[in-house]
Amino acid sequence: MAEAIDYKVVGTRPVRPDGADKVTGRAQYGADMNLPNMIYGKVLRSPHAHAKILSIDTSRAQAMDGVFAVITGDDFPSVNDGGELGGEGGGSLSGLAQNIMARDKVRYNGHAVAAVAAKSLSIAEAALDAIEVQYEKLEPVFDVLKAMAADAPLLDEQCFTQGLPEKPEKPSNVAGVMTLARGDLEDGFAQADVIVENEHVLPMAHQGYIEPHACTATVAEDGHATVWASSQGHFELRGQVAALTGKGISKVRFVPMEIGGGFGGKTRVYLEPLAVMLSEKSGRPVKMMMTREEVFRATGPTSGTVARVKVGAKKDGTLTAAQLWIALEAGAFSGAPHAPAAMAVFAPYKLENFKVEAFDVMVNKPTVAAYRAPGAPQSMHAMEVAVNELAIKLGMDPIDLRLKNAAEEGTQAPYGPKFSVIGLKECLEAAKAHPNYTKPVPEGAGRGVAAGFWFNIGQQSSAEVHINPDGTVQVVEGSPDIGGSRASMCIMAAETLGVPYDSIRALIGDTETTGFCNVTGGSRTTFATGLAVIQACEDVIASCKSRAAALWGVDEDQVEWEDGQAVPGPGVNADVKPMSLADLAAKAHKTGGPIMGKASLNAQGAGPSFSCNIVDLAFDRETGKVDVLSFTAIQDAGTAIHPAYVEGQYQGGAAQGIGWALNEEYIFDSNGVMQNAGFLDYRVPVASDLPMIDTQIIEVPNPSHPYGVRGVGETGIVAPLAACTNAARDALGFLVPDLPLSPPRVLAALDAQEKG
Amino acid sequence: MRQVEVTAENYRDLLKSLEERWPALAEKLERSAVAIEGQIYQDAWLEPIGPDAEVHFLPRIEGG
Repeated sequence: MAEAIDYKVVGTRPVRPDGADKVTGRAQYGADMNLPNMIYGKVLRSPHAHAKILSIDTSRAQAMDGVFAVITGDDFPSVNDGGELGGEGGGSLSGLAQNIMARDKVRYNGHAVAAVAAKSLSIAEAALDAIEVQYEKLEPVFDVLKAMAADAPLLDEQCFTQGLPEKPEKPSNVAGVMTLARGDLEDGFAQADVIVENEHVLPMAHQGYIEPHACTATVAEDGHATVWASSQGHFELRGQVAALTGKGISKVRFVPMEIGGGFGGKTRVYLEPLAVMLSEKSGRPVKMMMTREEVFRATGPTSGTVARVKVGAKKDGTLTAAQLWIALEAGAFSGAPHAPAAMAVFAPYKLENFKVEAFDVMVNKPTVAAYRAPGAPQSMHAMEVAVNELAIKLGMDPIDLRLKNAAEEGTQAPYGPKFSVIGLKECLEAAKAHPNYTKPVPEGAGRGVAAGFWFNIGQQSSAEVHINPDGTVQVVEGSPDIGGSRASMCIMAAETLGVPYDSIRALIGDTETTGFCNVTGGSRTTFATGLAVIQACEDVIASCKSRAAALWGVDEDQVEWEDGQAVPGPGVNADVKPMSLADLAAKAHKTGGPIMGKASLNAQGAGPSFSCNIVDLAFDRETGKVDVLSFTAIQDAGTAIHPAYVEGQYQGGAAQGIGWALNEEYIFDSNGVMQNAGFLDYRVPVASDLPMIDTQIIEVPNPSHPYGVRGVGETGIVAPLAACTNAARDALGFLVPDLPLSPPRVLAALDAQEKG
Repeated sequence: MRQVEVTAENYRDLLKSLEERWPALAEKLERSAVAIEGQIYQDAWLEPIGPDAEVHFLPRIEGG
């Protein structure tokens, strides 16, 4: 469908409609909803990483002045539905139920065991202190490899490994295994002239969104609950709240607030069902807000991993075989992204012989949640570092080595199907020609490159387009705007309708005012919700043409739509004058009523996105400090609807990937207590840590979208990890396999190297 | 990777056919995405499957 077209609005860079409110403080985020008689909820969290709950005595707390309600796991219905959250490896509904409020045992330090609602936060906090919980401590397991051992302490005695040919006889902390294989691995390695083998340990890392989780909930006398919260998908979170509180979906309304970052971590509930239960019990609206410490201790980081990789190549650079074994920490409940980790790792390459084994492993740490391209940064770090090592051994340019083996249209992806049109080679060629690659490496620094990939998805979206009486346009859809999607929706509506961008406003409706949309995740919103907006606009155009035909007394097929107006087709009386959208809207009451279009769909045909990153790092050999001298993010967007926001996605993904590579990590003590649960000690990059991240948008249109859109939100975080390791290899002269490349690790590596 | 040949006009027919032959696979297949001639679909029962079409089942991808 997509062709080289001179778009009028697509590809322009208008200011986002929500921008002014966000920079002036008018925007309403999750914590900003206040209601009359509102009270405040707080959560009591486990001090133990693994323990049985013997008893919970809430009587003292309940008797305190100003305390209106106390809840524990006993207040929630049992959720036995093992149905998946999201895609494969996203966890189960029953796991989510136990994660938001422990039932018979706690599985990590910070696990919720009770909650109170009180007149003030200080009273609520005092009431938490008055709750007495008797625990029987159990042996915890924190290390992913130890958790996989046959004699490891079990987090869940009912967990039997999924993905094996036969159900195992004994339970295990390994919740799932995915194996992908093709060809003859032994023969492939036998063909190789050079072979690289490495093991990498990557840390658990948090999404690091600025806005902590917060919500307000109220339950009416008839039991109907309303929740105000930011999220990545209020329809799916409504479903989670309904299931976890035992209310039907029609008994829960979820109103989306502006979101201060999510990156995958706000695709599941934490506080919302608690606030609903507290409101139901107290008869008052309840607001709950996490502290930053709670965000770190109890909300979704991504998996720490151990990866073992082996890759072989011929002298000419042809890859002959590749093998990956990777164990991903799921945290306390199953749901590590082992499947996408396995499916993504070799995606950039033509490979005849490969094998991947990926494991979803429970440990006594916080339960992981999705994080931008879940699983791919960890698995592809191993592969992209191995490819770099091969290039060094072969004396080849690392981009040339990738180009020689690069997947292209028709290549059978490691996860099964053949690729349609993809832009990997275009990204690699752009990287090779980029001034940041052709310039000399600065003295004392090192340069690294790596490729990235993400599948992207479609899923369900709905949209309505209403034409106001003056011809201005109101778009209503249900996808939370995280990266500027309202601007993108307005651009696509303007392009389709042929009207100015400024004449369009986009509103994100709540669960009772617009149609179902899946989460803003999987890099799907501009693609799938955009497709719904385009189809709703086409519905409007069809209505306008029909009305113009009736007014002109001609057949509908004699009316065309050009530049925002109905125009007579060839052969129609020359006296007929074009009618603009405003003309038609003004007469709408005489031609059948208000003009509107709508669409609901399950979007298929999402286009994968590839990337290539270049980074120059300088190392201080005395302190271990790393400086990022330059970073270049090159990625295929298909078509950039709003190039500035596409560049923003590339830069945001790069910043998070660099943070993960250089500094970010969960640090636990021997009891599983996180030691750096704050932004002072959990070190995300700030503006002064990074140079301006250069971007280059590659546009290889997705043939399955009218404007050629591919998702861009996730691929950007994949390559920076390996690019940084490869730059460190270049700068230091030896491989530091693990992340982060923090000063202590760099200094230890330098010391070890010096000592031989 | 295992390969089988099945006669089906659309994805729903394909699912029914496979589930009749291998009932134990039913739950897994219902939870899977499918790629028909390289195009990945989720929950697309009515998607036509042409003659000699190459079909792959694969885990659903969600993303962050």
